[in-house]
Amino acid sequence: MGSRTRREFLQISGIGGVVFASGLLQACSRLGGRPDPGPAVADDFYFVQLSDTHWGYKGPANPEATVELPRAVELVNALPQAPDFVVFTGDLTHTTDDDQERRRRMAQVREHLARLRVPTLRLMAGEHDASLDRGAAFQEFFGPLRYSFDHKGVHFVVLDNVSDPKGILGDAQIDWLSRDLKPLPKSAPIVVFTHRPLFDLKPDWDWTTADGTRAIDVLHAYPHVTVFYGHIHQEHHHQTDHIAHHAARSLMFPLPAPGSQPKRAPLPWDPAHPGRGLGLRDVDTDPRQPAYQLREIPLATES
Amino acid sequence: MRFAGLLLALLAAADNPGERVVHMVARRFTYLPDVIELQLGIPVIIELTSADRDHGFSVPDLGIRIDVEPGKTARVRVVPDKLGAFDFHCDVFCGSGHEEMAGRIVVSAPAAIGGNSGH
Repeated sequence: MGSRTRREFLQISGIGGVVFASGLLQACSRLGGRPDPGPAVADDFYFVQLSDTHWGYKGPANPEATVELPRAVELVNALPQAPDFVVFTGDLTHTTDDDQERRRRMAQVREHLARLRVPTLRLMAGEHDASLDRGAAFQEFFGPLRYSFDHKGVHFVVLDNVSDPKGILGDAQIDWLSRDLKPLPKSAPIVVFTHRPLFDLKPDWDWTTADGTRAIDVLHAYPHVTVFYGHIHQEHHHQTDHIAHHAARSLMFPLPAPGSQPKRAPLPWDPAHPGRGLGLRDVDTDPRQPAYQLREIPLATES
Repeated sequence: MRFAGLLLALLAAADNPGERVVHMVARRFTYLPDVIELQLGIPVIIELTSADRDHGFSVPDLGIRIDVEPGKTARVRVVPDKLGAFDFHCDVFCGSGHEEMAGRIVVSAPAAIGGNSGH
């Protein structure tokens, strides 16, 4: 990235629509276009979060259901700089009882994602991908359900709260999380990817993880933790103490704000504004702060 | 958190002679009935069976959650201690349509309750 941060690059390039959100105080200095406090560093990087494509969905909430994933791939490939990686926070496919059809949908998603011009893809399951077969097909196509990796000073953890149809993490995974974090210094920047929210966002809409507070308790010992998730098909930001939780938009249909309507039915399709409410996100990361700057990228032009 | 102001006394598989029993059937992607009318302070046994596969019965605002499995009868005893309408839903993913599998418990004052959809 040379001597210029990506943030400066975006400003110079006129890439607009920057939406800032971060639970980290250090990042607040970046609000309102104020200059960065520190020098540009080579370790700055960014990644893109895609979520909830529900490939295979057929219904009134999106009559153009085959358009959105290819469009998202185009948008990522058109970014002025390629992200270091793309993470897909679950529900790549819409569920089906037919195992063959599930695999057909996963194969199609894989073909589309193969067109992404990015160095690395990080994939994880949603309940639509994994709950009916406990993740068997997903693992065949996309790999493990939970894992961790390090990238330029940030420790990333992918948690599986979907392959158990009860939407839990389970004892074994909580233990695994504790063991995974144990070698890290307390100051380590940690990013967690999950599909469902780890906290009780709206339990009567099933927007929760039944044992998610146990994971939050484990993470709580580390002061620099940020969680990115999907499932609720909308941008949403929440804090549990010092831990920030950021939900991403869907690539298929938007869902209502928590509690804004009696049922969690998808928002109706608007033929005058196809794709409204859908989108992806890029996350600018500075491991040295650590700080994250989120940019929401609408799938369609939103007026 | 979600257990604040909760209905009291959840009791699995208890026999309580004389108490009203509400029978419910869970099947993809509905409950029958999907509206349960209860009376404030009157104990009720909610009894659930599954007509097809594993389901859940979760009423977060009342702190109730049980598994509903084929071939078994799940029971929960509740004593409503507050008035209002409380949504329940299936929290065991059961397929396309799972998100719509929901219903409501309505707790009324004893004098106000009308017909009974639960017997």
